[in-house]
Amino acid sequence: MKQWAQGADPHNIKPYGDTMGDGWVQMSFTLPVALCEEAREAAKKLAGKMGLSDVMVYHEADLGYGFSFFIIYGKCKHSVDFARIVCPKVVEKKMTFDEINEFIRTHVGRPIRVIGACTGSDAHTVGIDAIMNMKGYAGEYGLERYEMFETKNLGSQVPNEKLLAEALEFNADAILVSQVVTQKDIHLSNLAELIDMVEAAGIREKVLMICGGPRITHEVALELGFDAGFGPGTTPTIVASYIAQEFVKRFGKGLKAKT
Amino acid sequence: MAHLDLDERQIERARKAAGNIADSVLSFARSHSTVAIERAILRLMGVEGADADGVPLVNRVVEIAQKENLLGKGIATYFGNCLHKVGDPTEAAKAIAEKKIALKEDYSDDRARDEALKALKRGISRIKGTVERRRALLQKLGDGGSTPLLYVIVATGNIYEDVVQAKVAARAGAQVVAIIRSTAQSLLDYVPEGITTTGFGGTYATQANFRVMRQGLDDVSFELGRYVRQCNYASGLCMPEMAVLGALERLDVMLNDALYGILFRDINMQRTLIDQAFSRVVSAAGEIIINTGEDNYLTTADALSAAHTVLASNFINEAIAKRCGLKDWQLGLGHAMQMNPMMEDMFLLEVAQAQMIRQIFKHCPTKYMPPTKYMTGNIFRGHVQDAMFALASAITKQGIHLVGIMTEAMHTPHIHDRFLALEAQGMVMNMARHLGDEIEFKKGGIIEKRAQEVLRKAMEMLEQIEKEGLFTALEQGRFANVKRSFTGGRGLDGVFKKEAGYFDIVEDLLLKSLEEDEAMGARG
Repeated sequence: MKQWAQGADPHNIKPYGDTMGDGWVQMSFTLPVALCEEAREAAKKLAGKMGLSDVMVYHEADLGYGFSFFIIYGKCKHSVDFARIVCPKVVEKKMTFDEINEFIRTHVGRPIRVIGACTGSDAHTVGIDAIMNMKGYAGEYGLERYEMFETKNLGSQVPNEKLLAEALEFNADAILVSQVVTQKDIHLSNLAELIDMVEAAGIREKVLMICGGPRITHEVALELGFDAGFGPGTTPTIVASYIAQEFVKRFGKGLKAKT
Repeated sequence: MAHLDLDERQIERARKAAGNIADSVLSFARSHSTVAIERAILRLMGVEGADADGVPLVNRVVEIAQKENLLGKGIATYFGNCLHKVGDPTEAAKAIAEKKIALKEDYSDDRARDEALKALKRGISRIKGTVERRRALLQKLGDGGSTPLLYVIVATGNIYEDVVQAKVAARAGAQVVAIIRSTAQSLLDYVPEGITTTGFGGTYATQANFRVMRQGLDDVSFELGRYVRQCNYASGLCMPEMAVLGALERLDVMLNDALYGILFRDINMQRTLIDQAFSRVVSAAGEIIINTGEDNYLTTADALSAAHTVLASNFINEAIAKRCGLKDWQLGLGHAMQMNPMMEDMFLLEVAQAQMIRQIFKHCPTKYMPPTKYMTGNIFRGHVQDAMFALASAITKQGIHLVGIMTEAMHTPHIHDRFLALEAQGMVMNMARHLGDEIEFKKGGIIEKRAQEVLRKAMEMLEQIEKEGLFTALEQGRFANVKRSFTGGRGLDGVFKKEAGYFDIVEDLLLKSLEEDEAMGARG
């Protein structure tokens, strides 16, 4: 449910410093020019073009080799209509460990098979491990610990080809992909490629495709053709709740009875 | 002065167990070689460059030798045989790759060995040249004098952009600049060629890129009047080749840890431990400081209960390194405890473990790292976290401090991220420079007890591994909670047993040259 502070206008939301509607914003950036009066002026002008007024350059530093750094405060001129914003939600209802097991037992009647991997060149398994490992994350058990999930974690640097082959072999109901490190948005092309491959293999309609990582949002995931995306701070029960509920919604009991 | 009461007998027992573990690993390693070692030998003999398809010539030659079943005797003699006909190593490799000459053609063992020896000696004298150059630069410029050395990473994917970032970092106080490799490079079974501008998550480590960065850092060293060290990775499937290239191109620091590759890159344990034995001898000759990768174990294991695995691994790494000719001052043993900074009294445990490592490895430039696992998108809190770890590092007088960067969990550092991190942590180091000399730890307090407990558990773990062997310990997941099998993982097909008559002179030559230097009192 959307809420706002007393005195705020939900149709005209802008940043708040210490007075409603003041619009105060902090930012910092580097310009590829050596520090001088004109450089400072350039930083101010740029902040103005970004929509700030009352721009203050509070700090500047000469980084050398023709670079200078600025810390800037300014008042944002723009506002957004918060009242009209609607975001697609990933999880309808967050359930507990026991509730999820029970839910799957009742509505599916067999464990849901989840395969996970950190794909492409990415070697950072922190994300996939947090969600899948027995030990879990943030005080919550990972999927491996659930009686009603059958899991396989392929670990790091798994090529999309391998993930797909393993998913077919494992007869996966859900594929979980983690992408942590990125540069120049390589994670997006990796993810898009996986969707293409899953479609080409003719199983797209039969599996839940889920991605996660610090740069992932649910919206980005949907754009890429995934069913869901989870960003930073996601805990195992959020993902588990989603898989359980979405699986039942999608396939219902017995619809996807596998041996 | 900061000092923990640690049981010297336990330290001794741990060292003894680690020594036995190292002996058994090395006796296995030295009876084997790998395709990567053979390629490294060719590089040491002077082969550079790639064929028209971009395949490095060293790979071509070793593949041919493998196909002809010659590798068991080592590539050096067969290549020496070809050098007799084509004097220039790179030209000889080309001729072999193009099948203009065959490795076994008119083979005469004595002549081949002679030629091989000559080429290898040239390579070793090139390494000695870089050692002398570094010594001269350090003597002339110094390195800024203060410890811990501030270590930062650059990782733009483009070597030219990296040089800009590195120079700005050096100017902001960085003393060691590590060029993070393109993320998948550790799994390539060849070293890419040439200057590159298109890495992901990092920049390809190539001989040409090494030179570009060396030039950039030398320039900035002269500008600043202090020597800035260059760091890269002798790890992954090409570990031995990277070690040779690092030594030839005057890299100063190289990450080098087989266990890291086994645990986190799923590289086969036989392959990489064999590779490591060779690599460390090369790094010893190149007077390169190695950094070990224990600072990553606890990203997967529970930091509180598994801290002793870091210490145990430090002992093993120390034992293996020393048996490969490395000196204390070259052992940048890694440790970062990856404990949750939100926990009460966590700072006490950090100091306990950092001080413990400092005392146990007295003369090593131990490398300390803040807990990257707990960096979030909250750059403001992260900045303070990093400052606290800089304080722990200053108090316990670490040798190398990996400067934490507040955007760690978000992207490879932007130019000002690194600048701000260096500014803040440099300040902390400076304001607490002699704090460690002034404080004493409470007898039997939280800090001392923690260190004693970790040491005892590390010793027990080492004595257990001593019985079962390192390979079994890895199979059982004793490090980082990751289980690896003896024959699993990447790169096992490149391992072979040395046959009778293997030209086993490379390590001997390098070790001998180390001994000679030592006899002359040349090494610090």
